Amino acid sequence: MISNEQKKYLKSIKVKKFIIISIQLFIVFIFFALWEYLANKNIINTFVFSKPSKILDTIINLAINNNLFTHIFTTLYEVIIAFTLGIFLGLIVAIILYQFPIIAKIVDPFLTMINSLPKVALGPLIIIIAGANTKSIIIMALLINLIVSIITIYNGFINIDETKIKLMKSFKATKKQILIKLVIPSSYKTIISSLKLNISMSLIGVIMGEFLVSKAGIGYLIIYGTQVFNLSLVMTGILILVIISFILYKLVTFIENKLIKKF
Amino acid sequence: MKNKLLEIQNLRKNYHTQNGEIYAIDNISFNIENQEFVCIIGSSGCGKSTLLNILAELEEKSSGNIIKKENLKIGYMLQDDALFPWLTILDNALLGLVIENKKNKENIEYVISLLEKYGLKDFLNKYPSELSGGMRQRVALIRTLAIKPDILLLDEPFSALDYVSRLKVSEDVSKILKSEKKTALMITHDIAEAISLADRIIVLSKRPAKIKNIYKINIDGNSPLERRKSKLFSTYYDKLWKELDNDI
Repeated sequence: MISNEQKKYLKSIKVKKFIIISIQLFIVFIFFALWEYLANKNIINTFVFSKPSKILDTIINLAINNNLFTHIFTTLYEVIIAFTLGIFLGLIVAIILYQFPIIAKIVDPFLTMINSLPKVALGPLIIIIAGANTKSIIIMALLINLIVSIITIYNGFINIDETKIKLMKSFKATKKQILIKLVIPSSYKTIISSLKLNISMSLIGVIMGEFLVSKAGIGYLIIYGTQVFNLSLVMTGILILVIISFILYKLVTFIENKLIKKF
Repeated sequence: MKNKLLEIQNLRKNYHTQNGEIYAIDNISFNIENQEFVCIIGSSGCGKSTLLNILAELEEKSSGNIIKKENLKIGYMLQDDALFPWLTILDNALLGLVIENKKNKENIEYVISLLEKYGLKDFLNKYPSELSGGMRQRVALIRTLAIKPDILLLDEPFSALDYVSRLKVSEDVSKILKSEKKTALMITHDIAEAISLADRIIVLSKRPAKIKNIYKINIDGNSPLERRKSKLFSTYYDKLWKELDNDI
């Protein structure tokens, strides 16, 4: 049995949620409507800012010419590869640093250095080394997400409760047992939340890479549109990018919640 | 003394830091006999925990001898229950066995029987966050008992608990250790707790720790609570208080 007050409470939560989503959708609608209106009235320059109806035309055109999905999939493919590699390599490097504190001490200043270096600066160099292809794009993205992953996961590792380590040692646990039975499970949350960071970083890296060298992808659409002064294409690219990054972020958050709920 | 489990002779421990050397333990010698409950008391920071860490082989001694009975198995119970939040109560209690690769049917049954015997029957598959502080401490004790130690080292096992749970848990621990016929060495700074539990109390001086005195406690009464009611209790309390008072 649910009391009336509880019912009222649950209802008020639902109502609140509904109102918030409605307002959010309304804001999006107003944004586009205003954009279209101001463009039609020639108050904003459609050559620079384009307008929603033109963007829609561009999207339809791209879809009909069968290019749109190739671009989306190219970018998604690169993001997913960079993301997966970033997580695995990040985890492995973090484990090595944790197991061998002396290595961690030695590489610490170098990690800080690489972390603070704007990775785009390495772009031209990467292209020369890896060639003007997808490999370069993935290396670019990996450079950006890997360091962050390593640092986040490693920090999770070294912040483990000392008494738990003492407990493991009192049972004469080996280093490997401490790692597998204690360090990794208790950094679970940190590892999961590094996924969120990693997906944003991968996206940044991939788009940056596509700006520098690419034959397809959303970054390519944007840079190509700029070069031929087709700003509707640029706006289309940006819009699609916003949607993709939103969906990817929500997806990772969803996975995160699913995994963390276990505890 | 035929039942000697542990003999400590002239134990010393120094720490080296960048600011110099710290003398933590200075020439400590004592024995522990089978099924005895020994308490070590001393002011905080006197090196009690260091002594326990050395006996548990978590730290190296600087000099002296520790003679153990052959195949002596040591169990260590920490101040903090240190239960792993991602493991169930049963899995937490089995942790030591897992590490020692001794998780077999017989041992699992032993652990389950301990958990059931000491009021945790309905919690085997629950997680630590669902338990009270006292229950968690009981799980921690069973986790230590699971590896069947000959002697238990207890490092202020009740200090994280509130007063009422403290009395209850020390009652539980005393009962469990007696019925499982275990030997225990416990450190504490709580005089009353020491008198209510121990057969013998070793008083340490402040750092560097030396043995100031050893008291044999002869109070009738089987449980800590009964002991606290005894007239002799306050006599011992006065004596020990005077010993420690000079250090503060």
